[in-house]
Amino acid sequence: MSNSFYGPLDPAPDAGWRDDQPRKGFFTDTSVCIGCKACEVACKEWNAVPEDGLLMLGSSYDNSGSLGASTWRHVKFIEQPKSFGHQNAGMAGTAAGPAMTDVLNRTADSALLGDRTALGTDHSGLDLLGQPVPPARPAPVELGMPLSVLPGAADGAQRTEFRWLMESDVCKHCTHAACLDVCPTGALFRTEFGTVVVQDDICNGCGYCVPACPFGVIDRRVGEKGVTKNEGVAQKCTLCYDRIGDGLQPACAQACPTQSIQYGDVEELRERAQARVDTLHEQGVHDARLYGHDTHDGIGGLGAFFLLLDEPEVYGLPPDPVVTTRDLPEMWRKAGLAALTMLAGAVAVFGGRR
Amino acid sequence: MSKGKRGDKNAVVPPAEFTSYYGRPVVKASPWEHDIPAYLFMGGVAAGSSLLAAGADLTDRPALRRTGRLGALVGLTLSMAALVRDLGRPERFLNMLRVVKVTSPMSVGTWILTAYGPFAGLAAAAELRGLLPRRVRDGIVGRLLGASGTPAGLVAAAFAPAVASYTAVLLSDTATPTWHEAHRQLPFVFVGSACAASGGLGMIGAPLSEAGPARRLAVGGALLELAVERRMEQSMGITAEPLHAGHAGQLMRASQVLTIAGAAGAALLGGRSRGAAVVSGAALMAGSACLRFGIFDAGQASARDPRYTVVPQRERLAARAARIVPTSDGRPPVGTAQEKR
Repeated sequence: MSNSFYGPLDPAPDAGWRDDQPRKGFFTDTSVCIGCKACEVACKEWNAVPEDGLLMLGSSYDNSGSLGASTWRHVKFIEQPKSFGHQNAGMAGTAAGPAMTDVLNRTADSALLGDRTALGTDHSGLDLLGQPVPPARPAPVELGMPLSVLPGAADGAQRTEFRWLMESDVCKHCTHAACLDVCPTGALFRTEFGTVVVQDDICNGCGYCVPACPFGVIDRRVGEKGVTKNEGVAQKCTLCYDRIGDGLQPACAQACPTQSIQYGDVEELRERAQARVDTLHEQGVHDARLYGHDTHDGIGGLGAFFLLLDEPEVYGLPPDPVVTTRDLPEMWRKAGLAALTMLAGAVAVFGGRR
Repeated sequence: MSKGKRGDKNAVVPPAEFTSYYGRPVVKASPWEHDIPAYLFMGGVAAGSSLLAAGADLTDRPALRRTGRLGALVGLTLSMAALVRDLGRPERFLNMLRVVKVTSPMSVGTWILTAYGPFAGLAAAAELRGLLPRRVRDGIVGRLLGASGTPAGLVAAAFAPAVASYTAVLLSDTATPTWHEAHRQLPFVFVGSACAASGGLGMIGAPLSEAGPARRLAVGGALLELAVERRMEQSMGITAEPLHAGHAGQLMRASQVLTIAGAAGAALLGGRSRGAAVVSGAALMAGSACLRFGIFDAGQASARDPRYTVVPQRERLAARAARIVPTSDGRPPVGTAQEKR
């Protein structure tokens, strides 16, 4: 039972598995992610995960928002005004030009005045950047339409360095998994591969795992009763339990075209990750760092860990997650003391005069 | 990615300096609805009522005993209904009884309620024996029921304190910042609140001549709750903020006013005027309910704002990096906060 709540541990034997399966997991190397979302699609297809909203979120190319009951792989997009290692896009310092909204508004204005040039039938009035080079034509009429100007689009603004961070997020299959610890029905269990899986037919949707997860991964599926598959039940990544048992790799890793998602034995993946981060440092990508590979962290190490290019919270990951159950022994002690206090109080109030 | 900085008019999230992913939460708020704080309140009322009923039974206070036993039954019944209703699959509620898990406060709570419930119910049934037709009442069933009232009530009272205190662990054993950071004091706040509410119910239901213990329990519980809640907030760093903001803040303020007023009323007038006792008792019950809803809502709000997840963790990392010797529980000592407000 040592380290059952906290610290380094091999989770499958701790959960009582006797056969010698190596622990399986993911190493997600975000430095080669191209944001294609093939992982999101492959995961949905293989696991028959229902659609959970088609929204434009206005957060770069991220329109799935967060991991949840029906999003088991989630690709995040972060746009930053700095360069990636020694890469040079050659744009920094050049004029930013006007905001595209201005260009579009001007185009619409002049089209309303009868000038079809800017609508695209005649490109002679536009330069390569879509910036109108207006010939003499009537001044636009103010229609009272709202104009918006992008930040940095003012005259004289310059383009900056630019990099695009992308990360395919997934359930971390924690060494000390809070979701599994707090599950009151035993629906969540530790597999022989050291992963954490929900049994749909056991879960009664109590929802306790949802606030317990330090990464906000698992959620209760919302949908139409009797129509949506597993409606009302907690759902998350299974590390394709049905595939890895047959020697296949999980759907997302299979679909990933750049090997950003690597599946394998956690021990070996940790070595591979360390080698990769060393290479990146040599290549001048000094902000490359591993996240969740350390077995001495608050989770005892993640079964699915990451190579990141910025602080974890930039990616919406907690910078120093600790499994809530670490403090559970103290909580039970305090609750026991409080209960005794109440009992003593109740005895005392009957002790006095009538 | 958004950087929230003081004075940045484009800041998505005010004012502590921290980074988030488009201001989105890091952890998920529980999917629980107001059934849960309602259960926290009613479970507390039931637990305290069982204790009062057992004491009243042993000290020959029949009206207080009746109030306690029936209060426990009503509280318990509503609690169970709320708990089952809040499940995603209510028809599978019995799956809770598949396992016994000390790592799951909900499992432990299920078993505590399973032990407590039947005895609290039996004690209440004994109390209601008078409603049975005379033939049944005087028959074997009726006599057995009558004889079981006292032992059942005592067993229920033995489990009752656990019913009142485990709910604090239920909330704290999560990654919800405000609930988790409250874990050292929350059980005491909750049992205090349970005593105040059930004492208040006893003051409403029992005549002045019998309600002395209820008054004392109510006043003692209110004082415990108020004092420990204060200390709890002082130990929570920025995760105490949601207890003062928005709807949760209003509930917490209402709870404080109602609890102080109710306790003062109970202590000063509760023994003299029946009317004052009823009003004070009702205020104490309302104060307890507001506290449960306030703490619940504050936790939900803390989970929805990434600031309460990221900033304390950053402080922890900074403290570790600065080689400041952390306190025994791994947290930075008070005063090392990046941001003091």
